Amino acid sequence: MSLKITNLHAGLPDREILKGLNLEVKPGEVHAIMGPNGSGKSTLSKVMAGHDDYAVTSGEVMLDDINLLELSVDARARAGLFLAFQYPHEIPGVSNANFLRAAKKARLPEGEEIDAIKFYKEMYARMDALEMDRSFTSRSVNEGFSGGEKKRNEILQLMMLEPKYAVLDETDSGLDIDALKIVARGVNAMRSPDRGFLLITHYQRLLDYIQPDFVHVLMDGKIVHSGGRELALELEAKGYDWLKEEELATA
Amino acid sequence: MSATLAPTPQISPMPSDTASGLELISPDRTNSSAPQWFFERSANAWGEFQKLPVPSIKDESWRYSNAKRISLNSIHPAEAANEHLEAAAVAASEGLATAGARFVFVNDRLVVSETQGLPEGVVCLPLEEALQSHSALLEEHFMKRESFLGSAKFASLHLAHVKAGVVVFVPAQMEIENPIEVFHWIKGANAAIFPHTLVITGDHAKVSVVDHYRSDDGVVGLSCAVSDVIAGNGSSITYVACQELGNEGQALHLSSTTAQKDSLVKSFQAQLGAGFSRTESVSNLVGAGSRSDMLSVSMPIADQVVDQRTLQRHLAPHTFSDLLYKNALYDRSRAIFSGLIHVFEGAHYTDAYQTCRNLLNSEEAEASSMPGLEINADQVKCSHGSASSPVSEEELFYLKARGIPDAEARRLIVLGFLKNALGRLENEVVEAMIIARMEEKFARIAVQAAV
Repeated sequence: MSLKITNLHAGLPDREILKGLNLEVKPGEVHAIMGPNGSGKSTLSKVMAGHDDYAVTSGEVMLDDINLLELSVDARARAGLFLAFQYPHEIPGVSNANFLRAAKKARLPEGEEIDAIKFYKEMYARMDALEMDRSFTSRSVNEGFSGGEKKRNEILQLMMLEPKYAVLDETDSGLDIDALKIVARGVNAMRSPDRGFLLITHYQRLLDYIQPDFVHVLMDGKIVHSGGRELALELEAKGYDWLKEEELATA
Repeated sequence: MSATLAPTPQISPMPSDTASGLELISPDRTNSSAPQWFFERSANAWGEFQKLPVPSIKDESWRYSNAKRISLNSIHPAEAANEHLEAAAVAASEGLATAGARFVFVNDRLVVSETQGLPEGVVCLPLEEALQSHSALLEEHFMKRESFLGSAKFASLHLAHVKAGVVVFVPAQMEIENPIEVFHWIKGANAAIFPHTLVITGDHAKVSVVDHYRSDDGVVGLSCAVSDVIAGNGSSITYVACQELGNEGQALHLSSTTAQKDSLVKSFQAQLGAGFSRTESVSNLVGAGSRSDMLSVSMPIADQVVDQRTLQRHLAPHTFSDLLYKNALYDRSRAIFSGLIHVFEGAHYTDAYQTCRNLLNSEEAEASSMPGLEINADQVKCSHGSASSPVSEEELFYLKARGIPDAEARRLIVLGFLKNALGRLENEVVEAMIIARMEEKFARIAVQAAV
């Protein structure tokens, strides 16, 4: 049982971005992927979720025993994959509550309805944990939200949908320290032996608040280096250039 | 008044292949007990109808549309439906959760009339009854309208044949809480109905009226409706037309609003059915301080055509009008919007806005917009704009990435797109009804997608 990426090659029609990526996230583990701009971090999250802009040329992404690459975007999510977006979209006219209900209902057997009282009770509890005002239930999804509010809303969705594996794409970007702490608290509350996390981040700062079990460095579409939490601090101090040199030396 | 005053009915010619329908079948008013002025207006209208040509696509007011879509040749005035069909129509007349009064007409015959929810003093009557009991009021207001938007011929046809509909008069100071709801059904093939609505408010009165137009799928038929709303000083009227004819139906809805001093009129079009529908909506802001909100939603599918013509006539100073039309198009459907803001001389300090938005669910769907402005006054604030865009792939991806299937994701986006026009009604009962009707259409879209 794991979220396992094997020799993944993918990219835009005219450009390969992921060039043989391997990674395995087991339930209960938190992995962080760090890397310089343009290394393929965001591409990885979008390819896993199934965005049309990207094509997979070879390789495999398995969620437990399900081949994710064979599934549609929505089926991947229902299979247990969650992507917290770096830039969450605004959906005018669709209230946050209706959106979450639709997402929850999609996970129920055909014809079964959401228990509205239970749903609101759960949502309010989760929102309280994220210090989100109740007015966010009736506001349109992400419309007019600040950067921090959008990210909190992503974590609210994560909490409500309780995925098996969550990929957080640059969740720390655009957050001030207080918002970062709240978001981290939400993520930490969702850590469990049954759930795996993949944090994609540019900065070590997030990892002060969500402590990873493993840190990987993504460069030019491949994981070039893996280590424990201390690797993040090393990257913060030394940058990525030493890894480039190391890679060249081993090449 | 007696039937002997009626013009001698012409004898309908034998049906022929070329023209056996409305072009030739004259109105039959032998059994009517309407007043003389009504017979005269009606008979004149029949003459006018026959004189006027079918609008050509070359007429500016029919650009991008086609009056030939309204085929009159094969259609005859609806005959009484049998009991079985009437019962089916009554059973299927689901609408508002709470209505102050409720009428069901089937083929222009009154089948249900419930008015016990109305306060004493309000006039809310079927047209035939109102013509007798309130002849003077109707003589003053009935079809005293000009056709500015291209359908003079069809307005004449309506007046020539009209016998069904509801007349509402709310005396000064009286407020009616729950809406008056009217259903018009076409039953049986090749039938035409001519529903009429006339709403008049006294000073500071308040009322809302909802018209439904319906027919079954697979049945050719025409609804040629007229709705006129006249708001007295400081009064408030909400008028809703909800059109759900079957796919072979043709729907015409010609409406006018007259807003007197400080009155507030909201009109809402929900065009959800018919192979071809055309709405012509005119707001006359005749009194200073009056306001008109013109709202519309449509969801054409398959080869449906939604043709919308609007005119905001500012005839007095300090008047306000705001138009918001929203179309969500599917398949090969088309939407045509043509709107003019006309600010007359002396109508200073006018605020007039006009927005048409089209959301395209298919690459083959097509939306044409023709906004226009004519301003002859000073200190005027006006804006108009129209835009069409496909459903955002990024919005869809976001919803699907949460596990929501494609069809449901699209439903949420379209509903969200249409909802802000709906919210402007600020009437929960009416909004809930329109959403329920839109859900019916979504269910059709889902069935169609599954085939």
